[in-house]
Amino acid sequence: MTDSDTILRMQDITKTFPGVKALQDVTLDVRRGEIHAICGENGAGKSTLMKVLSGVYPHGSYDGEILFDGEPCRFAGIRDSEHKGIVIIHQELALAPNLSIAENIFLGNEQATRGLIDWNKTNAAAAELLRRVGLRENPTTQVVDLGVGKQQLVEIAKAISKQVRLLILDEPTAALNDEDSDHLLALLRGLRDEGITCVIISHKLNEVMAISDRVTIIRDGRTIKTMDLVADEVTEDKIISGMVGRDLDNRFPPHESHVGEEVLRIEDWTVHSPTQHGRVVVRNASLNVRRGEIVGLAGLMGAGRTELAMSVFGRSYGVDISGKVFRDGREVHLKSVQDAIKHGIAYATEDRKRYGLNLIEDIKRNVSAAGLKKLAKGGWVDDNEEFKVANEYRSSMNIKAPSVGSIVGKLSGGNQQKVVLSKWIFTDPEVLILDEPTRGIDVGAKYEIYTIINRLADEGKGVLVISSELPELLGLCDRIYTLAEGRITGEVNRADATQEGLMTLMTTHGTEVAR
Amino acid sequence: MTSVAPTNADLALGTPSASEPGNSPRKFNINLRESGIYIAFALIVVLFAILTGGDLLAPQNISNIIIQNSYILILAIGMILIIIAGHIDLSVGSVVAATGAFAAVMMVNWDVPWPIALLVTLVFGGLIGAWQGYWIAYFGIPAFIVTLAGMLLFRAVTLMILGNRGIGPFPDEVRTLTNGFTGGYLGNIGLGSLGGADLFSIIVGLLVVGAIFWSQWRTRAGRQKYLQVVEPFGMFIAKIVIAAVVVMAVIIQLARFRNLPWVLVLLAILVIGYSVVTNRAVFGRQIYAVGGNLQAATLSGVKVKGVVFWLFVNMGVLAAVAGIVFAGRLNQANPTAGNSFELDAIAAAFIGGAAVQGGVGKVVGAITGGLIMGVINNGMSLIGAPSEQVMLVKGAVLLAAVAFDVWSKRRAGASR
Repeated sequence: MTDSDTILRMQDITKTFPGVKALQDVTLDVRRGEIHAICGENGAGKSTLMKVLSGVYPHGSYDGEILFDGEPCRFAGIRDSEHKGIVIIHQELALAPNLSIAENIFLGNEQATRGLIDWNKTNAAAAELLRRVGLRENPTTQVVDLGVGKQQLVEIAKAISKQVRLLILDEPTAALNDEDSDHLLALLRGLRDEGITCVIISHKLNEVMAISDRVTIIRDGRTIKTMDLVADEVTEDKIISGMVGRDLDNRFPPHESHVGEEVLRIEDWTVHSPTQHGRVVVRNASLNVRRGEIVGLAGLMGAGRTELAMSVFGRSYGVDISGKVFRDGREVHLKSVQDAIKHGIAYATEDRKRYGLNLIEDIKRNVSAAGLKKLAKGGWVDDNEEFKVANEYRSSMNIKAPSVGSIVGKLSGGNQQKVVLSKWIFTDPEVLILDEPTRGIDVGAKYEIYTIINRLADEGKGVLVISSELPELLGLCDRIYTLAEGRITGEVNRADATQEGLMTLMTTHGTEVAR
Repeated sequence: MTSVAPTNADLALGTPSASEPGNSPRKFNINLRESGIYIAFALIVVLFAILTGGDLLAPQNISNIIIQNSYILILAIGMILIIIAGHIDLSVGSVVAATGAFAAVMMVNWDVPWPIALLVTLVFGGLIGAWQGYWIAYFGIPAFIVTLAGMLLFRAVTLMILGNRGIGPFPDEVRTLTNGFTGGYLGNIGLGSLGGADLFSIIVGLLVVGAIFWSQWRTRAGRQKYLQVVEPFGMFIAKIVIAAVVVMAVIIQLARFRNLPWVLVLLAILVIGYSVVTNRAVFGRQIYAVGGNLQAATLSGVKVKGVVFWLFVNMGVLAAVAGIVFAGRLNQANPTAGNSFELDAIAAAFIGGAAVQGGVGKVVGAITGGLIMGVINNGMSLIGAPSEQVMLVKGAVLLAAVAFDVWSKRRAGASR
């Protein structure tokens, strides 16, 4: 390979934090005009590497060399790297919700004439950029009114407006449904054909397979290998074994369910949107879960999965809720989260950082948060018991942390998820609703979460799993419901379920289903 | 070191992080962030003791510092809880005035017996808190706005009650409670070797030291029983000895003057009570949960609205306590009473380590923050500094304290 082929070379990058070597002699070569994927478990060092590249960690805070277009670079901050045409789009999007699309695109790069912002010029330029990324929206629309998928496109339009030459996307499709993901991936291919080089960090290996030309695998802060997808005959399993350092014959632990009595039944459940007056989010949904059974709930984003779960969980979402909930065959009225917990229902949220954890507190206070009453006598908490309980969960759930006094915000995604699950298991639930239990966590930790879910079912609890990843539902669940536009459109047993079959049911228009 | 309150409760309740295992550099950082405020306080006391030629630590002056700052410290206790929950209360100065005025009207104009009058005043404060808590918790208006309105509303209520003049004097019992001292109940036996300190107060001091030792020992033994890592025995003893020396030094100095101020007794009870509530009670845990992550707390079954509502009720009651103490000390309820008290209470909380985003803070920290400002006020006036210099220093201290907090947080966050 000659230097003219290589747009970016990161050579022997070593980055040390107090007590931790986050990166050690990492080398990354990105060729001009390719889509280059970086794969690795959470905590492997992918994000750190990208922060070094984009100047978040300035020159001097790491060892090694960065060559961009053959020139050594010494970025003091993000502005320097953006000046060179390196733009990073983070997993958590950085748009100002109450500004328009056009204002966001040109934020910090305002289109001015004689010192005043020229709104005609701004909006016209924004419209042109939106056309390029295939987003049919008015440039004056507020970003808050867009879905996550569209916001992602606004970010890319913003990057293009900065004359991007190397676009870095950190988990770009993590929050997108399949349709939006496909659109985004097609867009990236288009950008590649226009000469924009892309680096994509992704946990979704099927996407990596579908879109990238080469893939670099990072494990424990070191480069494991870089493979050419075609020349090296890369498969998903090959990537996975590189990431985890072992062959994963099976991504799902073997499990046989022993299904018992019905533990939860929902009948004719209808929920209206709290923000958009009169909009029905869930319509006449009925489903049931039995003891020892793992039931899946599949649906595209916006189908009403989370809304269904949260409205059942003590009316945490929605207005004008109607329908019935039965626990062990008896009707219950769950008017608050406390009611739901009292009746043995637990709900682990899809967004653990925003809705699941107190990130500034330690493990033990998060584990006890929902079941504090169990540790209290007459309103006083026994903090020695709390320590003991948290320690038990730390070992039984294999939470990797120096102690239960570790701050939760500093744990990896997988370990945070284990804390969330511990918190809910500690409330002694009979039914657990797990909303995207493996979102944003690495392959090894996923396997552990699946094992925990199986264990819960074996203990006779009912588990309802909501997931965007169909292989996960197929590998885990005994029975899968599909949800489309707020209606249950199908119920499939594991033996009969296929990805294609489920996808068909998930994309059925609500109106086509008989009442 | 001028007061029994902070050191006493701090050591009695311990800092959990000190006993956690972990690599040594991180442990040091956490300790510095949490104990920095106490070190700063000690340094400020030493500095002014030197600058005033020892006058700062004179028996009468220690007594003055405690009495002059008592109402701010009482307000700071309520304020820190509200700040931990992620809110703010700008109305406390006006509530102090309104409750003081109401108490005065009842006792002076209506001849209501003083115990009943005090009780009704506390209820009045609670009702004011409930009014504000309703708008904040259940109606969803930001606390900043509701209490800004309250600042005007309750100042107006004060003026309506008092009609732009002071009301007094208060019954003797109330004046003793707010401005008086415990007696020499063992016949005023003075100990010559301790500069004539009263025996009864000394015995109280020894009992306090004993209680500190006992509670610390029990906590430590409990943790050991659960196989938690505890601090080395030498460190444990050293902490208790320091606490004992400080407590005894302050009490002996007070005993040489006119014994223990009643408001100090009141403060000590409040500080210890609220510290235990924030550390050990379910309600205390819920305050931190609400401030740390509101949504997560809601989805964990915390009745968030109830928690916020009761915090404001609590603040109202404490403001009424402060209102009585302040009016009683001046022996008159005044229309301008409590002006800018809210700012002092808020500053005390933030100097004492509360986080602007909520979720972090300690009662003892707020008390220490309040005392830091009290010592600066007192020390600077002793050396004859003009008031603009005092303001300048207090402003700089507030900014420096919060800057230190932000800086140490950022440094801790960068390690991942």
